[in-house]
Amino acid sequence: MNPLATVGRFFLAFLQQIGELTIFASRAVSHCVRPPFYFRHIGRQMLDIGYYSLPVVGLTALFTGMVLALQSYTGFARFSAEGAVATVVVLSVTRELGPVIAGLMVAGRIGASIAAEIGTMRVTEQIDALYTLSTNPMKYLVAPRIIAGVLTLPLLVVVADIIGVFGGYVVGVYKLEFNAAVYLKQTFDFLEFMDVFSGLVKAAVFGFIITLMGCYHGYRSDGGAQGVGRATTNAVVSASILILVFNYAITEIFFATR
Amino acid sequence: MADTPKIEIRGLKKRFGSKVVLDGLDLDVGNGESVVIIGGSGTGKSVLLKCILGLLDPEAGSIKVDGQEVIGLSTREREQVNRKFGMLFQSAALFDSLSVWENVAFGLISAQGKSKKDAKPIALEKLAQVGLPAQVGELQPSELSGGMRKRVGLARAIATQPEIIFFDEPTTGLDPIMSDVINDLIVDCVHRLGASALSITHDMASARKIAHRIAMLYQGKIIWQGPVDDIDKSGNAHVDQFIHGRAEGPIRMQIPV
Ligand SMILES: Nc1ncnc2c1ncn2[C@@H]1O[C@H](COP(=O)(O)OP(=O)(O)OP(=O)(O)O)[C@@H](O)[C@H]1O
Ligand SMILES: [Mg+2]
Repeated sequence: MNPLATVGRFFLAFLQQIGELTIFASRAVSHCVRPPFYFRHIGRQMLDIGYYSLPVVGLTALFTGMVLALQSYTGFARFSAEGAVATVVVLSVTRELGPVIAGLMVAGRIGASIAAEIGTMRVTEQIDALYTLSTNPMKYLVAPRIIAGVLTLPLLVVVADIIGVFGGYVVGVYKLEFNAAVYLKQTFDFLEFMDVFSGLVKAAVFGFIITLMGCYHGYRSDGGAQGVGRATTNAVVSASILILVFNYAITEIFFATR
Repeated sequence: MADTPKIEIRGLKKRFGSKVVLDGLDLDVGNGESVVIIGGSGTGKSVLLKCILGLLDPEAGSIKVDGQEVIGLSTREREQVNRKFGMLFQSAALFDSLSVWENVAFGLISAQGKSKKDAKPIALEKLAQVGLPAQVGELQPSELSGGMRKRVGLARAIATQPEIIFFDEPTTGLDPIMSDVINDLIVDCVHRLGASALSITHDMASARKIAHRIAMLYQGKIIWQGPVDDIDKSGNAHVDQFIHGRAEGPIRMQIPV
């Protein structure tokens, strides 16, 4: 075996994947913006992605806000900057942790289930059957999921933000014994519209990434149950990585120049 | 236009990797004609149907439907052509997120723009034709037996009254009596609705009943075809071996040791 050839083959396969993903994504987007729209499907997916993710996202956001308050307090106390705790919590949660945590949780929950569902439809020829019934699977299966993801994740992140900040408040007031009114004032004094807005933009992008990766890997899956399992794993792993990459990129775009 | 065949296939080639499945296949299906393809397991009968439906892209050759070349059509044009087709998949391929009657009504709603309310009675009527009572319509596909799934797939394939119907092993997994009901139904579709049919089957009794013409697929080509009455005097050793189901003969099953 020539090691260079192996590297080359790997690299070519990687480029091919990127090319295929790009084509898939542009076709999917073009179906998202052109009628007809399957409103009932979009509604059902939004319920699935948003409502049923609330417990998971709410719990993770709560504990993240709580630990954030605790950690930043122990850090800032060393140079008597305890007053910054509330501000640090609210900025970290709205800008970073709300969207990222909601994104990763939904990637695990929804990315996996989309990949499994579409993958099963692929290997049992249901996607072929859609074609023969004059229904474009991109329009019928993929577009509603992507639309629902982009619309729902920001809503979910608003909830995660509120719960996360509340978690910080609980620890701040009941454990670290801040004055409740002061803590709240410090929370909102330095909060700008842009902090929340950038988080919501991130959420929409993550919603796109999660649903796109679920659909893409499911759609291409082959080889029976094993292939569907592989598609599920790939959907979750690739969505999680892309979420972290795009999180950095969007932060850079929003805040680097200021 | 009477002599333009409904489907005209010339020099069709399809392979997967290095495995050649179809190797320059020619086949015609006439207007209102019922053609049955026979051939060993894994010879590419299902692949042939999927090429005609545009689910697989052949490497070479031509497929004309009503004189129109269908290889390389855009997605939208393909959708138009597919409106003429009805397909029963070998595995039935029922949508497991929908109930049985919604499966049967799917094409009526998506391709013909009927409302759910109008489509339901038609769906139940088609289910009755394949011997399934109305209560079955409310079940989920996962609650059906294999033979019931096949019949629901059949009802779905004929629900839109397509001009061309493809049946991939319509009677496999059915008891002999139900097989005959299905055979009658296929014959009825062809006679009463004037549809053309291209069917695959291993069941020679069924082939004799539903076919006007039988074609045998072997090593990627049609090696024999003729009217159904000639099947017993084909003079072709491969055909004889197949229809009598003999292990000895020119067709060697590849059984790895
Ligand atoms: N998507 C695919 N990828 C790779 N190989 C395939 C694919 N589909 C079919 N094949 C191969 O093509 C050959 C023909 O398959 P096909 O399903 O057409 O057989 P068949 O004639 O319908 O057999 P059966 O009577 O058992 O249904 C098989 O050897 C199969 O391995
Ligand atoms: Mg087959």
